[in-house]
Amino acid sequence: MIIDTVKQSKIEPDKDQPFAALGLKEEEYDSIREILGRRPTSSELAMYSVMWSEHCSYKSSKIYLRQFGEKVTPEMKKHLLVGMGENAGVVDIGEGLAVTFKVESHNHPSYIEPFQGAATGIGGIVRDILTMGARPIAVMDQLRFGAPEHPDTARVVHGVVDGISFYGNCLGLPNIGGETVFDKVYQGNPLVNALSIGALKHEDLKLAKADKAGDLVILFGARTGADGIGGVSVLASETFDADGPSRRPAVQVGDPFAEKVLIECCLELFAAGCVSGIQDLGGAGISCATSELASNGGKGMKVQLKKVLLRDESLTPEEILMSESQERMMAIVPKKHLRAFKKIVNRHEVEYSVLGKVIRKDRLLINWGKEEIVNVPPRTVAHDGPVYERPVRKPKWQKSLNEDSVQSRGLYRANENSTDLASQFVQIVSSPNQADKSYVTDQYDRYVGGNTALAYPDGAGMIRVSEVSGLGVALATDANGRYCQLDPYQGAQLALAEAYRNVATSGAKPLAVTNCLNFGSPENPEVMWQFKQATTGLADACLALEIPVTGGNVSFYNQTGDTAIYPTPVVGVLGVIDDVARRIPSGWQDEGNNIYLLGVTKDELDGSVWAEVVHDHLGGLPPTVNLSHEKALAELLHGASLQGLIASATDLSEAGLAQALTESVLRFNMGARVWITEICERDAVDKTAALFSESTGRVLVSVGREDDVKFVGLCDARSIPVLRIGVTDNTGELEIQDLATWKIDELRTPWKATLPELFG
Amino acid sequence: MPKIIVQVMPKQDLLDPQGKAVARALERSGHQAIKAVRIGKRIELYYATTPTDAQLQEAQKIAENFLSNGVIEDVVEVFIEQD
Repeated sequence: MIIDTVKQSKIEPDKDQPFAALGLKEEEYDSIREILGRRPTSSELAMYSVMWSEHCSYKSSKIYLRQFGEKVTPEMKKHLLVGMGENAGVVDIGEGLAVTFKVESHNHPSYIEPFQGAATGIGGIVRDILTMGARPIAVMDQLRFGAPEHPDTARVVHGVVDGISFYGNCLGLPNIGGETVFDKVYQGNPLVNALSIGALKHEDLKLAKADKAGDLVILFGARTGADGIGGVSVLASETFDADGPSRRPAVQVGDPFAEKVLIECCLELFAAGCVSGIQDLGGAGISCATSELASNGGKGMKVQLKKVLLRDESLTPEEILMSESQERMMAIVPKKHLRAFKKIVNRHEVEYSVLGKVIRKDRLLINWGKEEIVNVPPRTVAHDGPVYERPVRKPKWQKSLNEDSVQSRGLYRANENSTDLASQFVQIVSSPNQADKSYVTDQYDRYVGGNTALAYPDGAGMIRVSEVSGLGVALATDANGRYCQLDPYQGAQLALAEAYRNVATSGAKPLAVTNCLNFGSPENPEVMWQFKQATTGLADACLALEIPVTGGNVSFYNQTGDTAIYPTPVVGVLGVIDDVARRIPSGWQDEGNNIYLLGVTKDELDGSVWAEVVHDHLGGLPPTVNLSHEKALAELLHGASLQGLIASATDLSEAGLAQALTESVLRFNMGARVWITEICERDAVDKTAALFSESTGRVLVSVGREDDVKFVGLCDARSIPVLRIGVTDNTGELEIQDLATWKIDELRTPWKATLPELFG
Repeated sequence: MPKIIVQVMPKQDLLDPQGKAVARALERSGHQAIKAVRIGKRIELYYATTPTDAQLQEAQKIAENFLSNGVIEDVVEVFIEQD
């Protein structure tokens, strides 16, 4: 093996280096040379190339992500213990407890190898949560697949769902919700986003940094192999002669049992106080962990790479630096605690190796035996990467898409034909995106740990954090790519508004936001425009709702050929509830309750499920958002739930009232008699809009007769439009007057059959 | 009954959690000489009569495209086994 050393780089200053094949631009390569005052060694080049990649450096998104930190008030930061920029944000939930949560994408690996891709997505996000000193308590997944009937979709669906259930179930973490969406735009580029949430006491909060010279740098957990080495193989094949190792696989294989041991081991290390910080190894492996830890602590690091325990002895130094082998962690351990550290990791049978130590000098020095192969300022690798203000351009097609509305097309509405209208109702609620998702969620363990208060089919997941007081958190995530395609600014706000509303309908008070921004190529100005619009919309809406963004993830290059996916900013909202026993259920349980519709229905069918399922149409403008109304609505629900006035609540979003009615009936098999004529009269809309419009700021609640006066009074006091539209009953039927009467099973059967028929 | 045997192994470079777990269990139970374990799978395809060369070639294709996951596994061997 020929090793390219710092010394060698000076002897041979003009050696040709494969920077382009590693994804670096010529000017980026030049600026590396400028930083170092010489050409980089092949190891340094490998490090810079991955750390300056879009995925690690956020070079195209940084200038827009700043808004999330700028558009905040001091009041919004009140509950934030840790904001953006760390591994995950941390939110104070009271009683000396805090939660940390984050969502990340694992889109591309999940298309190549769906099972391992999705599984390691869970593993990665769980380790992020762990580094904050928190115990992971739940996961959620936001999945977007291609057209349901396309032959390749089943491969991806089966692999991804199996991978998530395998990894999550083996870890013993409940999967409390998420999304499953099908659309042909995700055919060659499915979206697999994974969210995890962890709980901790305030005093247990940890930050991953190496800020004391002399502390030891220890790598522990799984051994390092050739997993996930993509671009670096270019260097490997340079170092070896032609018949050297074959191109390394870019896939990572996860081992949830090793991760479970690692979780317990890390939490014990934190509790024993023998580590000053722990960083997980995810993308960019050792390169990322060493440079970030040193840069975060404002110090340097000296590392002997030969000390890394390997699974495969043939790995080159470049490959060791880049490997994305799973279930590894890097700890910063004060010398005096080394014995205690060893005792704990040995007891867990976790392998470890002391790689080096933290140094005062602001340099990251890596040796391969006696040869120095890396000598760089850590900040230049980890944090001071390139920042681009890429060109933006409103897409040429945007105007014609927006003009092509449901109205201008004159799409057929079955208002006068109740048979047609009723069959549209069933067609819509049993379409793949609206149908029962328990085919997917039943494969996940939703209740392990015994703290799950709400999970699918409820709109938000809810988990108890304190078993003493019942204090808990609710989480909902949403994104509607179709809305975002029509208007990315408003689309992102709609996603936030819906997740916010979902949390509020569970009885919790929304506190904080995370996001996973899935977009096409940033090099395409039209995509960059969508990104700019979406982030601006989201930041503006967070400010209006007074809930801060605590962190997130950007995933670019989601496209097939030149065709980008719909902009898909997944927005997660976290809320707190003082006692999960007070949660609001999402379906009807008692007969004789009044059914109220809160909010106003407008004729907003552009981009709707109705337009998609009935007319295969996408055009026009998405529903309008009224954030002050959303806020008032959330406060009303919170107030009413504190007084115990609400028996159930379901938010109206995709497929509007039709979907909300269906889910409310099917949740606990309680029938109802409903009339929509008063909606039509008060809001001046037709039956199609009353049933299928996706106007925001609406919630369906059921209220016991005895609480009726109080509840309506509360709505009036807060100026929330309220209309009684029905009564629950025990007939085993859903009757919508002047439209149809279905036996509950006539709705349940088609609603439940769709996914098993496609994928079972 | 004559059969074709297909042997599949996880790719050399990739982590094999099952093999790793067994290796550790062996080490714990005193088999210090064994340093690593890798676990693959053996698949038996039964035929009514001794498979022809064409059928063997077909089995090779099935092994690569259907019985193994080329992203993370290698087909090591495909051969005919008589009783």
